[in-house]
Amino acid sequence: MIHSLFLINAAGDIFLEKHWKSAVSRSVCDYFFEAQERASEAENVPPVIPTPHHYLLSVYRHRIFFVAVIQSEVPPLFVIEFLHRVVDTFQDYFGVCSEVVIKDNVVVVYEVLEEMLDNGFPLATESNILKELIKPPTILRTVVNTITGSTNVGDQLPTGQLSVVPWRRTGVKYTNNEAYFDVIEEIDAIIDKSGSTITAEIQGVIDACVKLTGMPDLTLSFMNPRLLDDVSFHPCVRFKRWESERILSFIPPDGNFRLLSYHVSAQNLVAIPVYVKHNISFRDSSSLGRFEITVGPKQTMGKTVEGVMVTSQMPKGVLNMSLTPSQGTHTFDPVTKLLSWDVGKINPQKLPSLKGTMSLQAGASKPDENPTINLQFKIQQLAISGLKVNRLDMYGEKYKPFKGIKYMTKAGKFQVRT
Amino acid sequence: MTDSKYFTTTKKGEIFELKAELNSDKKEKKKEAVKKVIASMTVGKDVSALFPDVVNCMQTDNLELKKLVYLYLMNYAKSQPDMAIMAVNTFVKDCEDPNPLIRALAVRTMGCIRVDKITEYLCEPLRKCLKDEDPYVRKTAAVCVAKLHDINAQLVEDQGFLDTLKDLISDSNPMVVANAVAALSEIAESHPSSNLLDLNPQSINKLLTALNECTEWGQIFILDCLANYMPKDDREAQSICERVTPRLSHANSAVVLSAVKVLMKFMEMLSKDLDYYGTLLKKLAPPLVTLLSAEPELQYVALRNINLIVQKRPEILKHEMKVFFVKYNDPIYVKLEKLDIMIRLASQANIAQVLAELKEYATEVDVDFVRKAVRAIGRCAIKVEQSAERCVSTLLDLIQTKVNYVVQEAIVVIKDIFRKYPNKYESVIATLCENLDSLDEPEARAAMIWIVGEYAERIDNADELLESFLEGFHDESTQVQLQLLTAIVKLFLKKPTETQELVQQVLSLATQDSDNPDLRDRGYIYWRLLSTDPVAAKEVVLAEKPLISEETDLIEPTLLDELICYIGTLASVYHKPPSAFVEGSRGVVHKSLPPRTGSSESAESPDAAPAGVQPSEQPAVIPTQGDLLGDLLNLDLGPPVSGPPIAASSVQMGAVDLLGGGLDSLMGGTGFAAPSTVVPANLGAPLGSGLGDLFDLTGGVGTLSGSYVAPKSVWLPAMKAKGLEISGTFSRQVGSISMDLLLTNKALQVMSDFAIQFNRNSFGLAPAAPLQVHTPLAPNQSVEISLPLNTVGSVMKMDPLNNLQVAVKNNIDVFYFSTLYPLHILFVEDGKMERQMFLATWKDIPNENEAQFQIKECPLSADAVSNKLQGSNIFTIAKRNVEGQDMLYQSLKLTNGIWVLAELRIQPGNSSFTLSLKCRAPEVSQHIYQAYETILKN
Repeated sequence: MIHSLFLINAAGDIFLEKHWKSAVSRSVCDYFFEAQERASEAENVPPVIPTPHHYLLSVYRHRIFFVAVIQSEVPPLFVIEFLHRVVDTFQDYFGVCSEVVIKDNVVVVYEVLEEMLDNGFPLATESNILKELIKPPTILRTVVNTITGSTNVGDQLPTGQLSVVPWRRTGVKYTNNEAYFDVIEEIDAIIDKSGSTITAEIQGVIDACVKLTGMPDLTLSFMNPRLLDDVSFHPCVRFKRWESERILSFIPPDGNFRLLSYHVSAQNLVAIPVYVKHNISFRDSSSLGRFEITVGPKQTMGKTVEGVMVTSQMPKGVLNMSLTPSQGTHTFDPVTKLLSWDVGKINPQKLPSLKGTMSLQAGASKPDENPTINLQFKIQQLAISGLKVNRLDMYGEKYKPFKGIKYMTKAGKFQVRT
Repeated sequence: MTDSKYFTTTKKGEIFELKAELNSDKKEKKKEAVKKVIASMTVGKDVSALFPDVVNCMQTDNLELKKLVYLYLMNYAKSQPDMAIMAVNTFVKDCEDPNPLIRALAVRTMGCIRVDKITEYLCEPLRKCLKDEDPYVRKTAAVCVAKLHDINAQLVEDQGFLDTLKDLISDSNPMVVANAVAALSEIAESHPSSNLLDLNPQSINKLLTALNECTEWGQIFILDCLANYMPKDDREAQSICERVTPRLSHANSAVVLSAVKVLMKFMEMLSKDLDYYGTLLKKLAPPLVTLLSAEPELQYVALRNINLIVQKRPEILKHEMKVFFVKYNDPIYVKLEKLDIMIRLASQANIAQVLAELKEYATEVDVDFVRKAVRAIGRCAIKVEQSAERCVSTLLDLIQTKVNYVVQEAIVVIKDIFRKYPNKYESVIATLCENLDSLDEPEARAAMIWIVGEYAERIDNADELLESFLEGFHDESTQVQLQLLTAIVKLFLKKPTETQELVQQVLSLATQDSDNPDLRDRGYIYWRLLSTDPVAAKEVVLAEKPLISEETDLIEPTLLDELICYIGTLASVYHKPPSAFVEGSRGVVHKSLPPRTGSSESAESPDAAPAGVQPSEQPAVIPTQGDLLGDLLNLDLGPPVSGPPIAASSVQMGAVDLLGGGLDSLMGGTGFAAPSTVVPANLGAPLGSGLGDLFDLTGGVGTLSGSYVAPKSVWLPAMKAKGLEISGTFSRQVGSISMDLLLTNKALQVMSDFAIQFNRNSFGLAPAAPLQVHTPLAPNQSVEISLPLNTVGSVMKMDPLNNLQVAVKNNIDVFYFSTLYPLHILFVEDGKMERQMFLATWKDIPNENEAQFQIKECPLSADAVSNKLQGSNIFTIAKRNVEGQDMLYQSLKLTNGIWVLAELRIQPGNSSFTLSLKCRAPEVSQHIYQAYETILKN
């Protein structure tokens, strides 16, 4: 199981270590540093590194490496999943997860880590339960604690932990009972030079914020459940009911949680809401290249595309770019060669474009590779897969809750090749 | 106010300051001080000097303070064992606390303190906690047993904690069950022999129930535990599968992958005709695809596992090619894995898409990735014949880019394409030759030289090209030198007139100026071949080459099966069995896939008895011995990118050694010194025979005169046969089987008129001659007879298979007895399979026909084993070394034409061998194994 955890920043300093069994010398991280040096970028450090006596499994998030040390055969996915859960928990506790924040809250971090794992076995990883054991720091509580001398460690066994519904604590009370569901879909796509789709898929999630008194039992049904053939559920969802009736039936955790994530595969036709027209050309003889891109809406079901952002990694040979956008602002970093253009909203009557020239290294041959354009955008009130919630019902409690459903489509890894 | 204040120091010295604060009367100050200590600890500062002061704070009602002190204790108790004792009382007291949280905390912390004296005190509280009324305490205590076992295994066994732990598997609370399973699994890992997790249908049922209700992490432990269970039949396997499938929809990817492991393993037992089998296959694809939308680290592990799954069951993901397309900002480790899987999934149906993608990748920035993409194009060409032309033109386009490393990779793969499709794409040679100068990597140079040599007759200036390489001969790598030597000899054989000088030059360079034995030996062989018999030389050097395999980098089938059992573990990430790398795994048990059982079996497997099971579907390309050698001399010493599959390389190396040895003795015999530029012409006779020997590869291994013969044993005791005692044994000598009998007359009267008859039996054994006892047998006399047998008698399947019922008659009565004959008497002399055919047959025989056995305590080396077995007509076809283990690939044929293929794994230093048998008639496997056992142990 998980032996130790080291937190390492981008500069290669170990700024926190936690051991769950006997202490492992931090020199074990030297193997990690070697791998880090070899990798061109932080993202490319391999997640599994063997050393003579241990294995190092790492995740890289928020510019911090979370390196777990294991000694025997352990499912690596279990370790990596757990590490991601650690990061999520920190984020949940402190709002952001950064070196500074972790150092500022080092004792809470240590206490939380101790609660999450015992002898390398996960103990409590549900944030609901953790927060009952170790209260997250708030300014108010810090002040109160200093005055009254009380602590931020709960001294009662968390109620939900051993019940049939471990994800929900008992005795929840709200004056305003409300349940909100966000259907968020991200499109991952690769579009080729000519504008045709090579692959496109949708990663969808339904995130919920449920603040309901008591033990409500909810059912959520869809207009077109057939779309959901590849789903992963929160443990609260009753799988049998879904299998037989295609209805989500569950006792929700208290607060924010991800009810469900789903995947609409490349085999279904996925609507692509935007297109990019591009003309990027280098010439062998000249030290000037032409650059022109236009972004326009495609299958948007009449909704506005907003928050559009175009980024592209230009070839090394590009020295500088002089461009004029029809709207929004753009920057080009001559060191990293990263072009980014913050477009904003797309007005279908007047399509945004970015035109200009690139100055290339004189005398050098034209770059071998063509830049890939990365696109980000948002469309409110639309789930691009067509998924629609039919109704939400509550059983088990008498009051009438306030219900709300929101839809949103975003670009995930949306790439246009040129 | 944040915790970073705990890191500030004052002038007086940190430790001194902290000491004062820890001993302060104010509670609040104390707590702050402990926090400072902990903060220092987290960054690796040594604060062990404060041990007594911190422990003093332990007696407190404040839970946070208590927890903090415990945290400190866990870190430093080991360095201050005597001081740690001070804490014991508080622990014991806390274990009795009315608050379950505190009871659990105490037992949990005590388990983490690795000090013997504390461990002693832990036993009693732990025993109580294991039976605590609160499940939270019980589940914490379960983990504590694993901790204690790690510190002192003997103590845990003596105190009977293991049994209590096993009882917890039946606990009413699923979380307790999950933790008990996790603890037992961890303990079992260090005790592979102990049968800790004794799984039976009842306990499996309990685990399956707990699976639905416990936490995600518990589910992982339970699923991994389930995977070790061997269901008794296909029905049980199916019902477990049905209850595991819902886990495929879990949000935690580790749960999903563990569930996939269970399903992949138990699927082996299901009949393919079953509807459920198809349903299950369909259910496996979506979760695997979903894993690819997770974080890159998870993707990487998932991809390594998918790589195994695709090799084992390509049908699962055959329609999902697109999800493996590479995004330009994927981390490099994900890109490379995706590429690998893309090639595995490439088929005629999707090749156009794949090629378009690969071409796109070949223009990316990352050099490693580009290289691999170019290679992938070549692999596609070899795998999907219809695409070859398109692949070649894509490769040509890439060569036109003149990007140095792209060109070199392209040339290496084009060589393989030429091998696969001879005389088809030679038109591109001209383009290749244009790039000769830019090649600076040995592999690319060697590939180019091979092409020039192979197609020398079509390249006008082949001699010039090769000559240009020859200039820097000694600076080239061995790979290039060998290739150059062969290529020039080829050129000479094709255009003898113009290139005589060139060939002499290269031969003298290779034989006289080189100190590389491989190169020298190859040079000598060519030299003598050319000087004695140019026709033979032509036949050898220009022989038709065996086809190269379509699939490359495939994992060996037995290893693949083992790895499937390890899906989701580190072994699956490294594609090596855990025994090969896991530290401290004391004798890891090899896992194997369950055999297919159930109703379908009898229908599927052919009856063992009839002789009609000839392996009739012989693959089209079986090289003759000569071809093999031809290939041998042509061999590419580089890493076989897509070269001959599996066993090939080891055979080649072995053969080369053989050639070297042969030559040395040859040279000694004739007093042959390093040749001058004039080739001696009169070596004819000895050389001819020498070469003859060389060709006969089997001749290299010492042949024993006959197979193993067991000592005689009594078959028919005198008591049962009115005084006639028969003992006997079976033997096989030079192709004939005989039954060696010793007849003893223990009666008081003379016996005569002997006759013998066999009942119908599985292999049609029958006496080939009557039982001849010439003189009557007087009382207390014995006679030894060797009865020749043949296998043309009538056939009936016996149970056991090797049962033989015999009737013996004499003047007194008829007596019946039955005996078991060892199967190796049925191993025929021509049981050596060609290695190509072996590979084809091995793949062809379905995996469910494979049986695995352990041969224990057999302290022989691989070579001794192979010699010994050869004496009994078990032939070693290839030998290779995988991670320190010797793998022998063997074949044998039974008298009725049934082929049995075997893989024998021998670990140096370990006297147990693993024997995997594959046969179209799996019933014989058990008996073959027994034959192995008998031969090897005698």
